[in-house]
Amino acid sequence: MTEKSEDFALRRRAIVKAILAERGGMLVIGGLGSAAWDITDAGDSPLNFPLWGAMGGTVAIALGLAVAQPGRRVLALSGDGDLLMGVGSLATAAVQAPRNLAIVALDNERYGETGMQETATASGVDLTGIARACGFPLAATIRDEAQFAAALPQILDAPGPCFFTIKVRAEKLPLVLPPKDGTELKQRFRRALLGTA
Amino acid sequence: MGQASAWPDDIFRVFRQADIRQVAYVPDAGHTRLINLCRDDNAIRAIGLTTEEEGVALLAGAWLGGQRGALLMQSSGVGNCINMLSLITQCRFPLLSLVTMRGQWGEFNPWQVPMGQNSGEQLRLAGTLVYPVDEASRIGETVEQAARLAFEGGISVAVLIAQRVIGSKTFGKSEQ
Repeated sequence: MTEKSEDFALRRRAIVKAILAERGGMLVIGGLGSAAWDITDAGDSPLNFPLWGAMGGTVAIALGLAVAQPGRRVLALSGDGDLLMGVGSLATAAVQAPRNLAIVALDNERYGETGMQETATASGVDLTGIARACGFPLAATIRDEAQFAAALPQILDAPGPCFFTIKVRAEKLPLVLPPKDGTELKQRFRRALLGTA
Repeated sequence: MGQASAWPDDIFRVFRQADIRQVAYVPDAGHTRLINLCRDDNAIRAIGLTTEEEGVALLAGAWLGGQRGALLMQSSGVGNCINMLSLITQCRFPLLSLVTMRGQWGEFNPWQVPMGQNSGEQLRLAGTLVYPVDEASRIGETVEQAARLAFEGGISVAVLIAQRVIGSKTFGKSEQ
């Protein structure tokens, strides 16, 4: 891989906006850092659960939610750094195989919150390959608009568990912050989903 | 609750009464019977983990979705949970953990001793209430009260099941 992620075509904020514009009743876990800001930039929702910590836990949270709510689409939307820290959870999720779970890795090949240091994906580690080897029946890497347009309906509705690496440009973007109080985030999510906190 | 040898069955009854629906675990020999009971029950989803911190995160997600869960591990797994417990305390998620202790009583493997001797303190420092229990006949009632405190109080509670209860004879050299 010779192309630097600063030159990747796809931009994370536009990608996330396009996914969430079609969300319907989808439940969304946003991984620590940029992914949490991205889902907030697309429009904060009580059915978003953005993470201010818990690095490596995004997929596992989404898995527990997907098992508890089999009738709802659940989307784990996170960065490459977060997914690499919790890479074992891809094995756990693949074994449980909830049909309502989709995972999107916004892969800019950088640790975006700490100075844009390279992650392992910058050296060729392939998250889609890991997911496929774990047994995800659908796993794909998306690098351009045409591939994204084809994948969008799958992200929203394909039988899961499905996994998408979306290679996105490494760029510093304005912070768009969700509520910081974890209790508030939990209670608003449960009220919106269950009618009780 | 029942006789000394039946404590895994006592815990399982508490799970059913408390409407525990997801049981996440990294296996321990001491939890073998309980794990099997959960795996054989259609009302409970038994979820094997690659590391214990996944279970902490998974059960937060279960609660977001309206289900109660429990996390099973041995004492060496406690250290793997510490950072993820910030998710539990910051959001006041309930968490019920059942820890079978190693490194305490008739242990043949000294590498189990550091976590076995310190996991209670480490859990307390991470904001978890800790209930050690070293009598088999009291395990069921202890788990029952821990579950009530966790799910009605939005608190992380761990029951530490002493190695003396599990029995050192279980730990032959062929088992880890």
